[in-house]
Amino acid sequence: MPRTAPLPLASFLGQRYLPPPPWGDKGYALLMVELIVFVLMAAAALAGAVAVIRARNTVYAAMGLLGTLLAVAVLYVVQLAHLVAAVQVIVYAGAVMTLFLFVIMLVGVDRNEDTRETIPHQRRMTIGLVGVLFVVIGFVVVSGSFDWVPVVGAPADPQLTNGTVQRIAGELFTGWVLAFEATALLLTIAAVGAIALASTRRRRQES
Amino acid sequence: MVTPGWYMTLAAVLFVIGAVGILTRRNALVMFMSIELMLNAVNLTFIAAGRAIGSLDGQLAVFFVLVVAAAEVVVGLAIIVAIFRRRQSASVDELADMKG
Repeated sequence: MPRTAPLPLASFLGQRYLPPPPWGDKGYALLMVELIVFVLMAAAALAGAVAVIRARNTVYAAMGLLGTLLAVAVLYVVQLAHLVAAVQVIVYAGAVMTLFLFVIMLVGVDRNEDTRETIPHQRRMTIGLVGVLFVVIGFVVVSGSFDWVPVVGAPADPQLTNGTVQRIAGELFTGWVLAFEATALLLTIAAVGAIALASTRRRRQES
Repeated sequence: MVTPGWYMTLAAVLFVIGAVGILTRRNALVMFMSIELMLNAVNLTFIAAGRAIGSLDGQLAVFFVLVVAAAEVVVGLAIIVAIFRRRQSASVDELADMKG
């Protein structure tokens, strides 16, 4: 039974998009849960992102990025992208952040960053650009373009985008198999390139 | 109701924050992290758009973005380490030698 009365906060976030409650009668309660999770995780992601660009200590910046990655992973789960969320936590929060921290420790944490502006008025221009971008985003939000109208012909069944391992693998190894093979080539090239960059043998021969 | 548009708005704001990091910071590592931030914002957009049109393709695209980002981090950090061994600094302003 579709209820038409919007939830209080939900009406603020746009009430025109009212799909049929996907999980039967509990549908609207679950949508409210999604709203709460979204607000919390969006705040966490934004706080982490600000920490990345504001922290003087590079390790704190890395921790901020880690927080953002985990919050975004939660947002993936909310949107039923289970496998992508797991890969995000394992690959990004696990492997990539470990690599980042390793390099930070290797290079050393230098706190006194050079703040001279090599390009004149660089920071002022950045602030202006960011202002313009936020005005554009704000305009799009306020004008209501994001009271998402369902795409015509799009199936309303949320199970269609349920990204389980079986379904992702089914798509990956049929329609996307060429891209998948290209990925293997890319990873090989990246590994060879990293080894070539890290190799010190040539320099030792020179000296 | 959290529409896909709100995920995209969050992603847009995250992207702008990452762009600010690229434009204002001089530390190569922090700039790299800002790039990761921007890639994540794009991933979030992909997932939200995929859900909006009822297709799994968004999630598959994110899969490939993740792979490319991982490869990019490996090569990029190797470059940073190689530069650091030569110059004892991770600041990009030190690398203006090839400026014409």
